[in-house]
Amino acid sequence: MILLIQYTLIFASVLTLVALGGCFSEHSGVINLGLEGTMVMGALGGALTLKALTGAPYIVIVLAAILVSALSGLLYTVLLGVASIHFKADQTLVGTAMNILATAAATVMVKAINMAENPDNVSATIQYVNSKRALIVRIGNFEFNWFMLVAVIALICSYVLLYKTRFGLRLMACGENPQAADSVGINVFKMRWAGVLISGILGGIGGIVYITAGVSEWKFETGVAGFGFLALAVMIFGQWKPTNIGLAALLFGFFRALSNVYSGFPFLAALKIPGTIYNMMPYIISLIVLAFTSKNSRAPKAEGIPYDKSTR
Amino acid sequence: MDETYAIEMLHITKRFPGIIANDDVTIQLKRGEIHALLGENGAGKSTLMSVLFGLYQAEEGTIRKDGKEVKINNPNDANDLGIGMVHQHFKLVQCFTVLDNIMLGVETVKGGLLEKNEARKKVMALSEKYGLMVDPDAKIEDITVGMQQRTEILKMLYRDNEILIFDEPTAVLTPQEIEELMQIMRNLSAEGKSILFISHKLNEIMEVADRCSVLRRGKYIGTVDIKDTNKAELSRMMVGRDVQLVVDKQDAKPKETVLKVENMTVASKVHKNNAVKNVSLEVRAGEIVCIAGIDGNGQTEFVYGLTGLEPLVSGKITLEGQDITHASIRSRSKEMSHIPEDRHKHGLVLDYSLEYNMVLQRYFEPEFVSGAGFLKKKNIRDYATRLIDEYDVRSGQGPITIARSMSGGNQQKAIIARELDKQHKLLVAVQPTRGLDVGAIENIHAQLIKQRDEGAAVLLVSLELEEVMNVSDRILVMYEGEIVGELDPRTTTAEELGLYMAGAKKTDRKEVHA
Repeated sequence: MILLIQYTLIFASVLTLVALGGCFSEHSGVINLGLEGTMVMGALGGALTLKALTGAPYIVIVLAAILVSALSGLLYTVLLGVASIHFKADQTLVGTAMNILATAAATVMVKAINMAENPDNVSATIQYVNSKRALIVRIGNFEFNWFMLVAVIALICSYVLLYKTRFGLRLMACGENPQAADSVGINVFKMRWAGVLISGILGGIGGIVYITAGVSEWKFETGVAGFGFLALAVMIFGQWKPTNIGLAALLFGFFRALSNVYSGFPFLAALKIPGTIYNMMPYIISLIVLAFTSKNSRAPKAEGIPYDKSTR
Repeated sequence: MDETYAIEMLHITKRFPGIIANDDVTIQLKRGEIHALLGENGAGKSTLMSVLFGLYQAEEGTIRKDGKEVKINNPNDANDLGIGMVHQHFKLVQCFTVLDNIMLGVETVKGGLLEKNEARKKVMALSEKYGLMVDPDAKIEDITVGMQQRTEILKMLYRDNEILIFDEPTAVLTPQEIEELMQIMRNLSAEGKSILFISHKLNEIMEVADRCSVLRRGKYIGTVDIKDTNKAELSRMMVGRDVQLVVDKQDAKPKETVLKVENMTVASKVHKNNAVKNVSLEVRAGEIVCIAGIDGNGQTEFVYGLTGLEPLVSGKITLEGQDITHASIRSRSKEMSHIPEDRHKHGLVLDYSLEYNMVLQRYFEPEFVSGAGFLKKKNIRDYATRLIDEYDVRSGQGPITIARSMSGGNQQKAIIARELDKQHKLLVAVQPTRGLDVGAIENIHAQLIKQRDEGAAVLLVSLELEEVMNVSDRILVMYEGEIVGELDPRTTTAEELGLYMAGAKKTDRKEVHA
């Protein structure tokens, strides 16, 4: 039971962080479909940091992992910013390209660095068993992960930033009606850059949280297994609002956690449902939930449309 | 240096490739006056205002504020000089509250967080001072167009703007709201604000403005004092010739029933109720029946149901004795012509050439397509050329002009040409003169009456009170999806019509018939 809560919380943390990233980007008017790729890049940066800092003080490891993965994500979303804000490219295509590129690039890079114990055994796997201990504090049987705290802080900060500050008001104006924002002297391009880069930071952190959630090594060929897209579903289900995103993330996190721990529940194990069904659960749930709720969802009005000063 | 002027635009010339949008135009706005800027579509009013607002830079000419020359390079410069503008299409964020919209861009911040109490106080004070009733906590998407406009005005006042530009502010308002706006403008000028009022509606200019400057095809024609002029003179200045201001028509001689709608109900796309509730009406050959009403009372959905763009929830439509309730749009269009409300969405394929747009409903007829399925380009070209000549559709390259590049008035003319030339018994015209200028409106009204006199049944849907009163033979008022009254334009008044439109008055139609 404790294990279920623990996994629910950690997967919910991943989804919260990444969905909040998507939320900032979309509120500024840019669809970040490349969150999946951003996560991979964040995960890569974070994993390399964990590996490099093996043996360092725990606090250094935690902070450095967060910092480097955030930075990796941020740098990677510059691609989206340049293409979609500056060159007015189709945001769906750019995002898709980013997702394809990230997994491939990460695989190539990890293989080139090649950290396998036997140098002939070229693999795209990074191991971070020792450093991973830095992330965890044991409270009885419960493994508290610092990233859970990071997600909660991100959630609170996002809420305040979006609804209580000048920045949030202006950001959302750019995603709803950029012409209106422009007419009152707000620089739409700057705000969109801000939204995109914040999504990179949160997406990047989400990446490292995901690959350290259950395991101590990661094979980068698998990317992040669609978690970026799941986060987008969480964002839509959460109606682009931080509080709802937090709740939606818990729901989806719960179903993801089930697949890790279902065998520990006698009555679930007795049902003899194949494990793959549990693995599929969050994705199937997201399909069903979105099929019923997306009709009433209210996305930022101007998202996906490159801003053109001359259209009024 | 003459300091009676708040803003002066002297000898402004603005050229675009191929055309001179403003040719040596001079406008002087006195402090505290309401100055109307009159001109047809394409006369250069918008360009001139864009120059003043810093969206364009003029090639020649100077702008002076309080007698001092200024440079306006972008909207922020204009703002700093106290120039504010209510755009024709409001610049509001739909999901924000009124207050958020007003403070957007000039927010007050305390300790990094938004401080809304002061802003609210200032907004409420302004709203009281000028009679601008708004609910600061309502979301824009939930309030009326009139209140949205008041929000826009408050936006300017909140920024302490002294020079207020109103770009065609009445186009979207109901008669009562127009009356209120006129009063608000008078209040503002009484408080010392200077107002530039862009319009092509002569009535409003005569009612509210102190002076009026007229532009025609980019040229400055002159400035007149409103008290020394009249509508006829203004329209002559604007169009360059005498304009028939009153529609000239004889009484209708209605014949057999062409269209019969029984108990039509259509669902709404925006809310859960039905947009059209149990509407029945008849239109006979040789009469113009007008559906009047404030925008959003189900007229649009009624037309969608009638023309087949939306399915009916219930009801029956009979055209020329045939039940067309479930007929396809193409089969309806055999006897029904439709000038749609949204010419971009339902009227034209904007990125097609004019000639293809002209045969949109007919390309499959043997005249335009060979047995093997190839288009007969020459026939299409000839047909389009004939329509262009007959209906005076003006465009850059004739039949091969891309529809998107044409002016709104000429796009509308193209649609009208196509719909009128097509065989039909019923003409459904939805706001056919929206956004058009006096000359074009005159022409379209004449066309509608000609259709009637040639024996077609005409169903006109209009939001313009003047059009309703002048053109129609019978008025049906629609309010919240129901027909609330049937009026005779010869005996009713604009005030009475206004009451019906606002839902303040209602009659049982059976009594009217009896």
